[in-house]
Amino acid sequence: MSTQPNSEKKRAVALISGGLDSLLAAKVMLEQGIHVEGINFYTGFCVEGHTHAIRKKDKAKPKRNNALWSAEQLGIKLHIIDIIEEYKDVLINPKHGYGANMNPCLDCKIFMISKAKQWMEENGFDFIITGEVIGQRPMSQRKDLLPIVVQESGADDLLVRPLCAKNLEATLPEREGWIDRDKMKGFSGRNRKPQMALAKEYGFEDYATPAGGCCFLTDKSYSDKLVDLWKARNKKEYELDDIMLLKVGRHIRPAPHFKLIVSREDGENKFLQGYKKNFAFIEIKSHNGPLTLIDGELSDDDLKLASRIAARFSQGRDADVVTVKTTTKEGREQQFDIPPMPTSEVKQEWYI
Amino acid sequence: MSLHKLDARHTLCPMPVIKTQNKIAGLEPGDLLEVTCTDPGALSDIPAWCRINGHTVKETRENDDEVVIVVQVAS
Repeated sequence: MSTQPNSEKKRAVALISGGLDSLLAAKVMLEQGIHVEGINFYTGFCVEGHTHAIRKKDKAKPKRNNALWSAEQLGIKLHIIDIIEEYKDVLINPKHGYGANMNPCLDCKIFMISKAKQWMEENGFDFIITGEVIGQRPMSQRKDLLPIVVQESGADDLLVRPLCAKNLEATLPEREGWIDRDKMKGFSGRNRKPQMALAKEYGFEDYATPAGGCCFLTDKSYSDKLVDLWKARNKKEYELDDIMLLKVGRHIRPAPHFKLIVSREDGENKFLQGYKKNFAFIEIKSHNGPLTLIDGELSDDDLKLASRIAARFSQGRDADVVTVKTTTKEGREQQFDIPPMPTSEVKQEWYI
Repeated sequence: MSLHKLDARHTLCPMPVIKTQNKIAGLEPGDLLEVTCTDPGALSDIPAWCRINGHTVKETRENDDEVVIVVQVAS
């Protein structure tokens, strides 16, 4: 089916997050005979089932990447782009500030659409599609902010929002007749019923419904850990490994100059094994217990304190002594017996 | 046709897919790529990425805490 007068099929790049709105937006365009390919940006903060699946208890749950799943439902190609390095500036210096936590949603949206525009130009595509709906999100999808996204991303009138297009001024693809404005949608607000009805109409089932959004930066606990990391380092910077580790284990800072990352179960233990070459670490030898990574430089007294805390999270927590082995980043090993710290002495304020 | 190897261990979704995608971009049609991962999600994601991009998964296997996926690049 095609409504476009041009003989050459127009090509659109759709930002595919893995959520319902971007899935529907792309489908609305496919229904108009547009050639659509998806693009998905990976910032390092994206919430994916597999990140949760580090934990063994979650491994029985189905695992899928929702952006890939969406592309497969749509029958389109998906290009997953690593923007980890470039995204650092968005997060560290957001022009429009943060949301409730460390989420720079408006700057993030502007950045992703500007990257999509760049990709569009490099790959000979004609316009950009997003699943934005006016008023759906408090920061990045407010009616007064949508024009800012258009302007600052440089997408101008090549940015088409099929789910709320009827509430917006006509874009170039609409004015030129590449797409039929009458077949676009006029959704607005936080009510999800129109999207759910459209999903049913298209036959989409089992689509993702992430309760907490698609980004760890909207999560208070995660944001607290990120702020703590920056405070401890005295500068706002991070590498991918830093932000991955913020998703794993208990983070405990008994002193300003060091932090412990204590695995909570076997899945996390296995994941943290991969970081033993980058950190000093503590292993419990006499009982089953967590692997504990140490971020910071420790004195001998600090190491004893850290070992007592690690022992508290082992199955020897009620024993008189627990045998621990510590290994420095340089590979120097020590093994000693130590009394586990009683739960009452593990201060609540140490937990990040 | 040649066999290439990719180490995507200790990375989490979607990095194994991104690494596979970027590696395949430099390979010839018919080449084989053996990807080793520790994220079990790769067992569903890399095949899904292959299906939507026309590549063929020739083999998947799991051993200990690793998964291995062999992909043949689309002709």
